[in-house]
Amino acid sequence: MVQITFVEPSGSSTELNVPEGWSLMQAAVTNGVDGIVAECGGSCVCATCHVYVDPERLAEVLPPSEDEIELLDGVKAERRPNSRLSCQIKATPELAGLTITIPECQT
Amino acid sequence: MTQSDPHIVIVGAGQAGLQAAETLRSNAFDGRITLLGNEPHPPYHRPPLSKAWLTDELNPGQLSIRDVSVLERKNIDFRAGVRVSAIDIEDRSVLLHGGDRLAYTGLMLATGATPRRLPHNGAAGDAIRVLRSREDADRIALGLKDCAERELPLIVIGGGFIGLEIAASARKLGIAVTVLEAAPRLLERAFTRELSDWYAQLHLSHGAHLVFDARIASIDATSDGATTIQLADGRSFVAGLAVAGIGVRPNDELAQAAGIACDNGILVDDCGCTSAPNIVAAGDCTVRRLSDGTLLRLESVQNAVEQGRAAALALLGTRKPFVATPWFWSDQYDIKLQIAGLSRGADSHVVRGDMTGHSFSIFHFRAGRLIAVDSINAAKDHMLARQIIGGEVSPTVEQVNDPSFNLATLRAK
Ligand SMILES: Cc1cc2nc3c(=O)[nH]c(=O)nc-3n(C[C@H](O)[C@H](O)[C@H](O)COP(=O)(O)OP(=O)(O)OC[C@H]3O[C@@H](n4cnc5c(N)ncnc54)[C@H](O)[C@@H]3O)c2cc1C
Ligand code: FES
Repeated sequence: MVQITFVEPSGSSTELNVPEGWSLMQAAVTNGVDGIVAECGGSCVCATCHVYVDPERLAEVLPPSEDEIELLDGVKAERRPNSRLSCQIKATPELAGLTITIPECQT
Repeated sequence: MTQSDPHIVIVGAGQAGLQAAETLRSNAFDGRITLLGNEPHPPYHRPPLSKAWLTDELNPGQLSIRDVSVLERKNIDFRAGVRVSAIDIEDRSVLLHGGDRLAYTGLMLATGATPRRLPHNGAAGDAIRVLRSREDADRIALGLKDCAERELPLIVIGGGFIGLEIAASARKLGIAVTVLEAAPRLLERAFTRELSDWYAQLHLSHGAHLVFDARIASIDATSDGATTIQLADGRSFVAGLAVAGIGVRPNDELAQAAGIACDNGILVDDCGCTSAPNIVAAGDCTVRRLSDGTLLRLESVQNAVEQGRAAALALLGTRKPFVATPWFWSDQYDIKLQIAGLSRGADSHVVRGDMTGHSFSIFHFRAGRLIAVDSINAAKDHMLARQIIGGEVSPTVEQVNDPSFNLATLRAK
């Protein structure tokens, strides 16, 4: 289990123990964390699972694929250097304690 | 409790029904919400059923959309395995299979759709499978294992999205595949001829066989569990597993029986309102009347989610029309297709990128305006299309034709 903190658009935060190998999107939506829509269920086609990764630890997360970068161009909320699609980030032990912030809107 | 305590009943616990329940809660509705679904599972994703689920690349947790505990926490009374058998509009109640009655103050119909079946005698039993539910997918997955063991092919009837995805999944598993298509090309209604041909090449290059203009004359289950399919031209195919993907029929029977207006789907406006007061509908079971009077039926996750949200808000008295650009996707082999907009009625088409390669987009225009874009491994074009279609400025045919023109400059600020 990898501990990840999700900060919802309302500002409230939820700590989840995410099974290794699960995507952060999957952990968030099955546990009812607000603000991630994930219309495509993790197929990397919808860009509605946009999150901001703790900028301090951005380098520890595997970099985005070309597909993900292209989708990030079209996210609804502000695109920032630490923008990622949460369905493309897999929980690994290195990410323990990571904080993920969810933007105001996805669609 | 009095009759008028707010109680919203949602029939159908798929994408649309779930979205509606959660939208009600997140918009401060604090009355009762009952979410009734006749399947034994909490809401799950259907798109993977023809894709990664068949190739065993997903765990069951990844199929589920929400954990039941989340629904409990949100005080959504989710009941699995419960079928609604009638709506009593006068009495404002629904009748459950088994005889119980449930009174509502607002009702949402999100009953989805049912795969069409072939009319042939032999197609009735297990000889020809269809794919809609998790159980359907699990039976198909078993059938594929059987095909692999007995070295028998999969026959897919219908070269639409679901059929072609199943074909691609089977090829990934090394199973021989033949697709029987009644039309002269794949996805005739959705694709231009050149894109149909491109997809045909894709399947051929992965070793699938394609048969066009296929008229099925008869279907027979053989005693050893195989299925023989005979075409009108005399050709005959033996399948270890036969699956039909020939479209769906919207589940509008409940609404029809209650006198709610239907026309191959429950008729709704752009907020999901039906012809009956306090009854809304969303998702695959609906058909939308557009402002120009034409009817639009969409079968997509986006439509279910956005319509589910709009319909829930309508029940709360807020009209927030669903106007987003429609979009859809399909995964076959390593090819990601994303479609933005609706290409029906297009009068010209422009290819951007290189169709001999594996990344390009087809831009569809009507009367000089961009109405749809089909992107093949070109997520950037797709995202851009979703932002500019239906907006104030449309690119011109010349601009799209010019590879040096940067389409991003047209994005609404
Ligand atoms: C194999 C497959 C692949 C797909 N791939 C894609 C894709 O790649 N991209 C895409 O955008 N879309 C895809 N779709 C379509 C998408 O899944 C649907 O458009 C979407 O699920 C529709 O959601 P819905 O809530 O309207 O209906 P459903 O998800 O069908 O939910 C309706 C529910 O209501 C229940 N129900 C019906 N009648 C009653 C009753 N009387 N009482 C109680 N419950 C009832 C049904 O059993 C069902 O559980 C795919 C669909 C399938 C089957
Ligand atoms: S869930 Fe669709 S892109 Fe991440």
